[in-house]
Amino acid sequence: MNRPQGLMGQLKRSGWLVGLAVAVVAVFLAPQLLDAFRLGLVAKYLCIAMVAVGIGLAWGQGGMLVLGQGLYFGLGGYMMAMHMKLDDAGPGGVPDFMNLYGNNVVPGWWEPFRSAGFTLVAIVLLPALFAGLLGYAVFTRRVRGAYFAILSQALVAAFATWVESQQKTTGGFNGMTNFKGWFGFALNDPVNKRMLYYIAAFVLIAMVLIVRWLMRSRFGELLLAVRDQENRVRFLGYDPAWSKVIAYVVAAVFAAIGGALFVPIVGMINPKNVGVTPSILFLAGVVLGGRTTLLGPVLGTIAVRWAETGLSEAYPSLWQYFQGALFVLVIAFLAQGAASIGPGAKALWRRLRGSPGAAPPGATPPGGVPKAAETAPAEGAAS
Amino acid sequence: MKKNTRVIAMVGAGLTAVSLLAGCGGSKVDDTTSASATSATTDAATETETETEAAAGGETTVEGPTEAATTSDGTTCVDTSGDTIKIGFVNSLSGTMAISEQTVNDSLHLAAEEINAAGGVLGKQLEIVEEDGASDPVIFAEKAAKLIDSDCVAAVFGGWTSASRKAMLPVFEEKNSLLFYPVQYEGLESSANIFYTGATTNQQILPGMEYLKNELGVTKLYLIGSDYVFPQTANKEIKAYSEANGIEIVGEEYAPLGHTDFSTIVSKLKASDAQAVFNTLNGDSNVAFFKEYKNAGLTAEDMPVISVSIAEEEVGGIGIDNIVGQLTAWNYYQTIDTPDNQTFVAAFKAKYGEDRVTSDPMEAAYVSLYLWKLMAEKAGSFAVADIQAAADGVTFAAPEGSVTVVGSNHHITKTAYIGKVREDGLIEAVWTSDGPIDPDPYLEGYDWAAGLAEGVQ
Repeated sequence: MNRPQGLMGQLKRSGWLVGLAVAVVAVFLAPQLLDAFRLGLVAKYLCIAMVAVGIGLAWGQGGMLVLGQGLYFGLGGYMMAMHMKLDDAGPGGVPDFMNLYGNNVVPGWWEPFRSAGFTLVAIVLLPALFAGLLGYAVFTRRVRGAYFAILSQALVAAFATWVESQQKTTGGFNGMTNFKGWFGFALNDPVNKRMLYYIAAFVLIAMVLIVRWLMRSRFGELLLAVRDQENRVRFLGYDPAWSKVIAYVVAAVFAAIGGALFVPIVGMINPKNVGVTPSILFLAGVVLGGRTTLLGPVLGTIAVRWAETGLSEAYPSLWQYFQGALFVLVIAFLAQGAASIGPGAKALWRRLRGSPGAAPPGATPPGGVPKAAETAPAEGAAS
Repeated sequence: MKKNTRVIAMVGAGLTAVSLLAGCGGSKVDDTTSASATSATTDAATETETETEAAAGGETTVEGPTEAATTSDGTTCVDTSGDTIKIGFVNSLSGTMAISEQTVNDSLHLAAEEINAAGGVLGKQLEIVEEDGASDPVIFAEKAAKLIDSDCVAAVFGGWTSASRKAMLPVFEEKNSLLFYPVQYEGLESSANIFYTGATTNQQILPGMEYLKNELGVTKLYLIGSDYVFPQTANKEIKAYSEANGIEIVGEEYAPLGHTDFSTIVSKLKASDAQAVFNTLNGDSNVAFFKEYKNAGLTAEDMPVISVSIAEEEVGGIGIDNIVGQLTAWNYYQTIDTPDNQTFVAAFKAKYGEDRVTSDPMEAAYVSLYLWKLMAEKAGSFAVADIQAAADGVTFAAPEGSVTVVGSNHHITKTAYIGKVREDGLIEAVWTSDGPIDPDPYLEGYDWAAGLAEGVQ
C-alpha cells in the first residue's frame, strides 16, 4: 500500500505475502479445530465478511456510506436460491413452495435460472449492472453523504418489501428453504459442507487481494482523493463520479457473491436476511474492525458475529445488551475501529517516551490521512 | 497522556470482558426444580465446562458423539445414562416476535417445573438448554442444529412463525431429531420429525366459518389479512369453503406485515355490504385496524369481526374498548371452566404473577411438553424412532380438554371454541365444537377442498 494503514500497514511492503500465508494456514487449520456445526457458522461469517470487504472499499476508501448492501446480498442470494430450487425440482419440475403458495406454475423469469451457467453469470452481472446504472445516475448528479445513505437504504427497504409481497414466486415472508443440492453436490454431506467453507474462505481471500490491488493502483489513489477532497479532484480535471461508480460496483458484486454463497451454506434465504436491519448490521463489523483498513472489515465482521453467537448462547435473554455495549465502547473510544488499536498503541508509546506532538491514538494512523478523512465518511451512521 | 492510557485500558478491558463473557458462558443450562437442584446443578456445571472448551474455546476437537449426530444412520449423542435428560427450548427472546414468544417460553418452563417436581420423565429430571431464536429464521435453524449436535438434547420445543418452522424443518429431518411446535398454523405440512400441538386449519378456521354460516347466517363476507403465508393460505381455504356453502366474498384485502394505516381498507369495508369480517391480520396491524374500525362507526353488532391471531395477550394491546364484543376462533381460552384449566391458570399465575393471562399458544406449548413426556413413557425410551412409534393415541387431559396425538400426521385432536371478547379483556367461549376435532392438515376429508393441497404432499 502506498499509504499503509492499520494491521496490514504494520507489515513491510512484502508483508502481505506473510499475511496471505497466515490466512491460508488459518483457513486449513479451522476445520481441524472446529466441529462441523461451528465450521458452518464460520462459513456463514465469511459470507458476511465478503459484504464487509465491499463496504470497506466503498465506505472506508471511497467515502460512500452504503447502508443498503442487503439489496445486492439479496439479489445474489435469491438468484442462487432460485437455481437451487429449480435444480432440486429436476428438469421441468416446479419448486415445492410454488405448490404450496402458488398455482404450481414456474414463472417465465425463473426459467433461465435452471441453467447453472446463466445463474453464475447473472449473480455477478446483474448486481454489477444495477449498481453501475444506479451509481452512474447518482454520482454524476453529485449525490453523496447522508443523501446517498438514505437512498441506498430506501432501495433495500423497497427490495425487501417486494420480495415479501411476492409469495408465489419468492416464497414471501417464509423465503426459500429446504435445499437438497448445490450444483449436483448433496448439501447434507459433511464433506460438501466443508468444501463450501473452503470455497467461501478462498473467495474471501481473493476479494481482499482484489481490494488490495485496487487500492495500490492509480484508481485507489484517485478514490482516496475523492473521498477526502472531492472538489479538489474535480478542479484537477478528474471526474470523481467514475471512481466512485467502480468502487460501488465492486462492493455490490462482492455482496452478491456473499449472498450467493450464504444460501447453500446456511440453507435458506428470506426477507429477514436482506432488509434494512441486516444491511445496517453488515456495517457493524466494518465499524468495529476499522473501515479504512484492508483487513479491519473482515476481522471485525468475523469477531462481531462470533461474539454474537457466543453471547446469545451464553445469555439467551441478555446478549443484545452486551452487543450494544460493545458497539458503544468501540464507537466512543475507537472511532477508527479495533484495527487502530495497534497504531494507537504505537503513537501512545511514542508519546510516553516523550516525543511531543505525536498523533493521539485512534485519530491518525501512521502515514494516514489527516482529520478530514475521519470526519468525512463518518457523517452518516457512525457519529 | 493520562487520558489516552485510560481510554486504551478501558477499551481493552471492555473487549476482554465481552470476549470472556462470550467464551465462558457456554450454554445457559437452566435447572427448573429446586427439589433436584443439588445433583442437577453439579451436572449442569460440568456439562457447561466441557462444552465451553469444545465450542467456544475452539481448541478441543469435538469427536465421537457430536460427529455421530450428524450421520445419517440415525445414531444420536443424546445421553440417557445419567439421572437427567436434556431438552431444548428455542423461542425468540429478542426481536419483533419476543413479546409473543416469551409467553410460550414461560409456559414451557412451567410445564418443565411441574414435570420435574412430579419425578421427571422416566425417572430423569429435565435439564433445559435455552436458545434465543432472535425472530430470525436463520438463527432458529442455527440454534436448532446447535441444540441437537452440541447440546445433544432429546427433543426441542418452540418456534412461532411459519418461517421459523419451515427453517427448522430440514434441520430436524436431516439430523433426525424431534421438534414440538406449539402454534396454530396454515396446515399443508406434516413431518415425521415435528409434532404440531397448535391447531391446523380444520380445527380453527373451519369452525370459525361454520359459526359464521350456521349461527350468524352470514352470506356476505369480507377478508382482511397480513400479506404473508398464513392469511393467504387461510383465505384460499375460506374462499373454497365459501364457494361450496353459498357465502359471497365481497372483498379481500392484504396489508404488509406491520402496516398500520387502515383508513383505506376500513372505508372499503364500510362501503361494502359485508355482514362479517374474517380477520387474519398479525401483530401491530390489529391495533391500527380495530381503532380505525371503531372510528369509522362500525360495531360488533352490525359487522362482527372474527379473528384468528388475537388471544388474551393481544387484547390489552389493542385496547379492550376497541375490540370488546368481537369474535375469535381458538382452541383454548383462559376462561374455560374445567378443573384441568383452573389448575393450569392458577399454577401459571402463581409462578409469573396475578396480572398475567394464559392464551392458546401458551397452552399448546404447555401441552407439548406433557405429550412428549407421555410419549417417552409409553415408549419407555427417549429415542426418536421409539417416540415416533409410540406417539399415536397418546392422550392428555389438557387445559383445553382432552387431546390425542394422531400418529399418521403428528398433529393432535383439538376442541374448537368460538369466543367473544369480554369487558374485562378475557375471552369467553360462545360456541364449542362437538368434542375434539381430528386434525386434517391437508383437508382431505372435505370435498370442497379438493385441489387445494394438490402437489403439496
